[in-house]
Amino acid sequence: MTAELAEPASKIELPAHIGGGGEIPTFDVTLRVRRYNPEVSEDATWEDFKVTMYGTDRVLDALHKVKWEIDGSVSFRRSCAHGVCGSDAMRINGRNRLACKTLLKDLDTTKPITVEPIKGLPVEKDLIVDMEPFFQSFREVMPFLINKGHEPTKERLQSAEDRERFDDTTKCILCAACTSSCPVFWTDGQYFGPAAIVNAHRFIFDSRDDAGDMRLEILNDKEGVWRCRTTFNCSEACPRGIQVTQAIAEVKQAILSRKI
Amino acid sequence: MTATIDSPRSGKNSSGKISPQYRRTGASRGNFEMFAWLFMRLSGVVLVVLIFGHLFVNLLVGEGIHAIDFGFVAGKWADPFWQIWDLAMLWLAMLHGTNGVRTIINDYAEKDSTRLWLKIVLYAATTVIIVLGTLVIFTFNPCPVVDGVPLPGGFCPA
Repeated sequence: MTAELAEPASKIELPAHIGGGGEIPTFDVTLRVRRYNPEVSEDATWEDFKVTMYGTDRVLDALHKVKWEIDGSVSFRRSCAHGVCGSDAMRINGRNRLACKTLLKDLDTTKPITVEPIKGLPVEKDLIVDMEPFFQSFREVMPFLINKGHEPTKERLQSAEDRERFDDTTKCILCAACTSSCPVFWTDGQYFGPAAIVNAHRFIFDSRDDAGDMRLEILNDKEGVWRCRTTFNCSEACPRGIQVTQAIAEVKQAILSRKI
Repeated sequence: MTATIDSPRSGKNSSGKISPQYRRTGASRGNFEMFAWLFMRLSGVVLVVLIFGHLFVNLLVGEGIHAIDFGFVAGKWADPFWQIWDLAMLWLAMLHGTNGVRTIINDYAEKDSTRLWLKIVLYAATTVIIVLGTLVIFTFNPCPVVDGVPLPGGFCPA
């Protein structure tokens, strides 16, 4: 009984020095991870891990290698690992990024790569933070369609221009990279934060939605849009490239033009 | 027999799911923050005109900086135009600056008591300077006569 080969072996003879043809270069990187375990110590410490990685690897791959091969207690969140779910936002070399969208070769691999939890939210363990305050603000801006009219029997139609008005803010994946990069949020946890305002913007400027005024009233709070100092940290941090600061400015404009 | 397991996201605060520093203490009514924000922009634009006008008239026109002395200031404040100009500059600059520092205190003071005391000092200083400045602009008299004796100087008509 002979097993049939799925694919016949290649007939081309390759000299040994060519290798597999297109081998990916490897390099050593030092990952400096902020470790925190409240069951062991109240203090957070840095821990270095030296790993050999490939040129196509991302920071997430390095973290996986550390967790799977060196120290299984390293804790971090990730789900899809492809920049869609928004679970693995962390502070990489001092900037908020998604670990799954940051290629190691784009960072300075001669120095240790620092990986910390995102700032401003309570750390639970290592790179995992408590996202509940973040989602609380998100919920408060009512991020869902509110329409007072009768429910149509078919799709709610919208012109391409009307859709374009809020297109940018539909891209949010709720990773918290923006809110946790905001210096106002670091000291004032009550601030709604960029992400909540972005998601309010998405419905305020939606022509099918009728509760824009309610959302503007919510954000006309002392912890609302007026807390924004336009430092642009959020726009820079957003892994989806949303112009967050511009969205906040548009909400400010909308509140002003409604009141005056 | 039942064992209770803490909710994984409960944190260490027994008071609830979200620790108190994140909980918004009641919705603020009114539009104070909005007007403060708007005032910063508008007063900023007006101040650019007022301050550069002030610098131009004082430092560049005529003899320029060499003309500035007690008499020069006295002469300016004899004119209602400059009284209003300087009054507007005083009020706008003080309120603009105070609002800016108020914002910085809000952003950086972490304890409520620190924030309260810094603001008390700030508002007290602002009030003193605005009241004193306004008083000087309107009651300024370059030639006061005290008990029938005029102020020595020589630039006042006898």
